[in-house]
Amino acid sequence: MNALDWIVLLGTMLGIAAYGTWATRRTNGLNTYLKGNHSTGWFTIGVSVAATQASTITYLSLPGQAYENGIAFIQNYFGLPLALVIVCAVFLPIYRRLGVYTAYEYLGKRFDTKTRLLGACIFLLQRGVQGGITIYAPSIILCTVLGWRLDLTILFTGLLVIVYTVTGGSAAVSLTQKWQMAVIFGGMITAFVTLLVKLPPDAAYIAGAMGKLQAVDFDLNFDKRYTFWSGLLGGLFLSLSYFGTDQSQVQRYIGGAALREGRLGLMFNAVFKIPMQFFIVMLGALLFVFYQFQPNTPVFFNRTEWQRHAEGPQGAVLKAIEVKHARLHGEKQEKIRAWVAVRESGDAAAEAKAKAELTAAQKASDAVRKEAREALLKIDPRAKVKDSDYVFITFILSQLPHGAIGLLIAVMFASALSSKAGELNALGTASTIDLWRVFRPQSAPDETQNVKIAKWFTAFWGLFAIGFALFASFAENLIEALNIIASIFYPIVLGLFVVAFFCKWVRGTAVFLAALSALGVIAALYFVGQADPTRNIGYLWYNPIGCAVCVAVSIALQAVFNLRSGPPAGAAPASA
Amino acid sequence: MPSTPDQDPAQEPPDVPGFRSWRAVYVFVLLAFAAMVAALAVFTRYYA
Repeated sequence: MNALDWIVLLGTMLGIAAYGTWATRRTNGLNTYLKGNHSTGWFTIGVSVAATQASTITYLSLPGQAYENGIAFIQNYFGLPLALVIVCAVFLPIYRRLGVYTAYEYLGKRFDTKTRLLGACIFLLQRGVQGGITIYAPSIILCTVLGWRLDLTILFTGLLVIVYTVTGGSAAVSLTQKWQMAVIFGGMITAFVTLLVKLPPDAAYIAGAMGKLQAVDFDLNFDKRYTFWSGLLGGLFLSLSYFGTDQSQVQRYIGGAALREGRLGLMFNAVFKIPMQFFIVMLGALLFVFYQFQPNTPVFFNRTEWQRHAEGPQGAVLKAIEVKHARLHGEKQEKIRAWVAVRESGDAAAEAKAKAELTAAQKASDAVRKEAREALLKIDPRAKVKDSDYVFITFILSQLPHGAIGLLIAVMFASALSSKAGELNALGTASTIDLWRVFRPQSAPDETQNVKIAKWFTAFWGLFAIGFALFASFAENLIEALNIIASIFYPIVLGLFVVAFFCKWVRGTAVFLAALSALGVIAALYFVGQADPTRNIGYLWYNPIGCAVCVAVSIALQAVFNLRSGPPAGAAPASA
Repeated sequence: MPSTPDQDPAQEPPDVPGFRSWRAVYVFVLLAFAAMVAALAVFTRYYA
């Protein structure tokens, strides 16, 4: 990075944060602080929903994943449009009509305080941990390739987002997210156009022939990771959980001028999310083609990690693998050119033969990449061998002109800030509304104090995220454990809401006990899968199973034991 | 101070040209989704 890149990077990041802080500095009312301006339109809401969902991982890691495994990942988003229609038709009108600040406040109105606290605590646990990872994950990648200090990068990112989120609350989050998304789109389109210019004319055909363009797979085999069916069903429940019950999303669309604005904002995402993700995975698939024609395509894209070991006492092994990879890469180039020439000739038999040879060459190349990762692990069992996260950033740094490099690094930080801001805003809100006001009900009418408390909670969660990110490298096992706990808990929250919306006769105690039962079932499924990998099911399936168990047990408990734990006195009816 | 609930949110029209009701908007979104899946399936076959 040169001076121009730094000007672009710091100018966009600091400029947007300063503008967001300045424009929302007079936010005093609790409603505006927690839900945003009353004049917020559907486009701002739609962009805010998209910006909160897409973190840096989306822009940095997804192209690398498509480079490695093709564009089949797009199927994970197939459940999203259906889920958003359900949220629009069922969830959102009820939230708006009851005038709640959080999704869990609705659980309290519909069931009881213990169910509300269960939902809120699951959210705080999951998002609190995720908040640290949202900062840590992109920082570790950018610091590795750019040679920056990890602790300073985490502190800069974390403190910047805390300043404008604490100052302006939800209004600042929506305002900055709109400009950050403009930077993200500008940067990604710049990278895509640069890549297209550098590609051979048959790039899409080459990607297709090498198995990178299989977007849809209708196979009913449950062992396959990405299929139309797992994406549609698992994705539907996952998206319902996320968009319908996760406060970081709910907070983005319950505000606004009217119900119409929230609905249109969600429908905007329902229509444009799949094309947007398609654009990102296609970038990865075309990066794969680009690197097929580069003379020095690395066998391992995390060059810092590779060089560190290549210069060590066992470096000869790695250098031998590099030589082998370079030879196979050259041979593969020849096979690609041969296949392109035969394809244009129209000789079907010759084309099939050339394609088979090309596939064999690709398998040989993949085997060497696998060998490289295994060799690294053998040298250092703690080596970071997942290098797909480094594919896109390697392209950015080596192929883009100065200025554009700064813009693309700004894309990575903008996505981290926009996602983090949505999370912090939601954590501060849920802590204030669902914990502090529940345990200090006498303070609820004091609006000024409520805003002050919300600001303190937002700052606390921001500092918690920074602290977690700073120590994350020392506690990777802890992160994994907490992520597992969160993914086990998450489907249960959806179950609570499905019962709340669709099973109007079920009361609080029945659904609370059912949620704990469903939690036991999901935990058992997880541990059985860990003990016996042949019985392991994909975590996407936890969502429909956990939700179904929660609903079924709720209904059964209510019917058999006729438990009575109605809504608190004065609660509004829950149905639309 | 509690936030102000909307008066009758379910009755708000979509106010989008060409759509008289929210049901029509949802049908459009689902048809757009089906069209995207169909286009991706054709894309997959074409480049296979």
